[in-house]
Amino acid sequence: MRVGLFVTCLVDLMRPSIGFAALKLLEGAGYEVTVPALQTCCGQPGWNSGDREATRALAEMLIAQFEECRYVVVPSGSCAGMIRAHFPEVFANQPAMLAKAQRLVARTYELTEFLTKMAKRPAVSASFKGTVTYHDSCSGLREIGVKAQPRQLLAKVVGLKLVEMEECETCCGFGGTFSIKYGEISSAMAEKKCANIAASGAQAVVLGDLGCMLNIEGRLRRRGDANTQVLHVAEVLAGTTEG
Amino acid sequence: MQIQSMHFKARSHAALADATLQANLRKFQSTGFTALRARAVAEFGAELFEALRGEGAAIRDRSLESLDAWIGSFEAEAVRRGATVLFAETGAEACELLIEICRRHGVRKAIKSKSMLSEEAGLNEALAANGIRPVETDLGEYILQLAGEPPSHIIAPALHKSKEEVAGLFEAHHHAPRKDDIPRMTREAREVLREHFLSADLGISGGNFLIAETGSGVIVTNEGNGRMVTTLPRVHVCITGIEKVLPTLEDFSTLLRLLTRSATGQPISNYVSLFTGPRARQDRDGPEHMVFILVDAGRTNLVGGDIQEMLRCIRCGACMNHCPVYRAVGGHSYGWVYPGPMGSVLTPSYVGLANALDLPHAATLCGACSVACPVKIPLPELLRRLREKQVDRGLRPRSERAAIGLWSWTARRPRLYALATAIAVRFLRILGGRNGMIVALPFGREWTRGRFFPAPKSGKTFRALYAARNRGQTTVLLLF
Repeated sequence: MRVGLFVTCLVDLMRPSIGFAALKLLEGAGYEVTVPALQTCCGQPGWNSGDREATRALAEMLIAQFEECRYVVVPSGSCAGMIRAHFPEVFANQPAMLAKAQRLVARTYELTEFLTKMAKRPAVSASFKGTVTYHDSCSGLREIGVKAQPRQLLAKVVGLKLVEMEECETCCGFGGTFSIKYGEISSAMAEKKCANIAASGAQAVVLGDLGCMLNIEGRLRRRGDANTQVLHVAEVLAGTTEG
Repeated sequence: MQIQSMHFKARSHAALADATLQANLRKFQSTGFTALRARAVAEFGAELFEALRGEGAAIRDRSLESLDAWIGSFEAEAVRRGATVLFAETGAEACELLIEICRRHGVRKAIKSKSMLSEEAGLNEALAANGIRPVETDLGEYILQLAGEPPSHIIAPALHKSKEEVAGLFEAHHHAPRKDDIPRMTREAREVLREHFLSADLGISGGNFLIAETGSGVIVTNEGNGRMVTTLPRVHVCITGIEKVLPTLEDFSTLLRLLTRSATGQPISNYVSLFTGPRARQDRDGPEHMVFILVDAGRTNLVGGDIQEMLRCIRCGACMNHCPVYRAVGGHSYGWVYPGPMGSVLTPSYVGLANALDLPHAATLCGACSVACPVKIPLPELLRRLREKQVDRGLRPRSERAAIGLWSWTARRPRLYALATAIAVRFLRILGGRNGMIVALPFGREWTRGRFFPAPKSGKTFRALYAARNRGQTTVLLLF
């Protein structure tokens, strides 16, 4: 059964290692994985900016790229949420495309969701020494219900201790273009998130979305915290974190 | 009220720099309504509450689908019980109607319980300009009237004020020694307000709901001032939006359960007042005249359109309580009557898209509002639809349109995209330097005002690395 990995544009550009970690996890779970070569972006930046036409074009491309895959797995709650919660609305007035979009919706999973629900054999056999806290990304949490899945998987990582921070479900302030339109408010929100991470005493914050990752890491370093690691859940589960 | 929504960015900048406001907002967040709501929902039963939200949304949708019919029944029932029902198309028209009522009844002083619609209409200013003294009697609104400020929250209007600031206001306006503890300050305010309650000629209330079945208005309050306002003066005017109508008392009881839990985490508010017509012969109290002024002020424009769900709103404030942007910048940043997510939908809808360009974008679309909303208004989706309207009407800055256009144009051409991203990744990696942190992001200065931008970890994209790896594997296979 072929699983298509939708790497997402941010992983592709900013953190390729997360893509490889996801690949390792999916193969470890017993799946044959393909990475369609012409994939780019799910269209979310256009959609959230009110540009329906631009979104449509990218969404159509994505649908075509993954037509052959039995499942589509995404190491991002935000991009998986875009497909699952918004693609039907993108094609609301185009019955033929809508049907295709709905077939994609039914086959699309966020990575931790897929691993907890569909893995043929235990996907996780990693170890991590230390205490981490988990930041729930908004779209993953509220659009597709990713909450227990990453925690279940992290519990299997040998040596890893999870402590919950205050307000783990509160937005970190990224919000896509919000972060560059309202940089000051966005940074103020990120600062609150960083304060909660620091107060948790964890040595690393683990999360499932690149937007939050860049935002939180950027703010942590700017406020002078050079030590707290910001890790994608895929890397922790695959045991491929640096250091 | 004057619209300042076009200055959102400047106002939020000032709000973030205001240390007193920030301290007050932090206090609001830590002791505030979100925790109380969570507890109330847990006590009610989370699943049951979910079901109740569904019922609430359905009731509001039913009311809105036949809004004209329900308003018609409300009017007939209210008139049958001796009330007068007047309609105003705009806030200004509502003010004129009210001033006319004041003239007819020789009103010199009007006491008010909380009404957001009166803020929309600028009612206090209109009354004062016509020689009628309006006195706010909700404690929060009273404080703000002394301060000369608009509310910053729809149910806790003065939450941006600290106890010390209020003590200063009372000292200056009450001509009494400064008091610093809340019970004594409250008592002092009550003593001052009591004189007004007893001497006012007119009571003005808002209306949380209108019940079509009985022709009643409802206010849901905690301080008891609302009951004084609606029963003591000779004339009572309830001024509210036409969308507040509900078919039956049964519907109201469902929404009441949702409203108080969502707003303050109370199973029920201290007071729930239904007013049905003026004082009848057997009644021991109540006004001689009871008037409803039902105001449109942009509401019917939303009926039947793609923002109609917003009219479900029952004004609980849960969306702003849960909004991380509201909690960072406070209500005044939004620049008009309604702040937070519901305000960011209502303001452009009521005052015009072009007068509030920032508001639909002043949200991360995190969805915390919509999961808290008692009537399931899809607030992030409505904000997005407003963004789409801005694009359709050519109201977005050209640079922003060009950036999105360029991105999607390139992303539609995978080979060009691969080339462009390969260059960008290498460039950004170099900018990141040894620490991998970009201090000033080109084309993204807003980002690096308060943060670094983490540079790409590898000088290559995932797709390039993946392709190289596969080529490597093929080579290995060929060697064997």
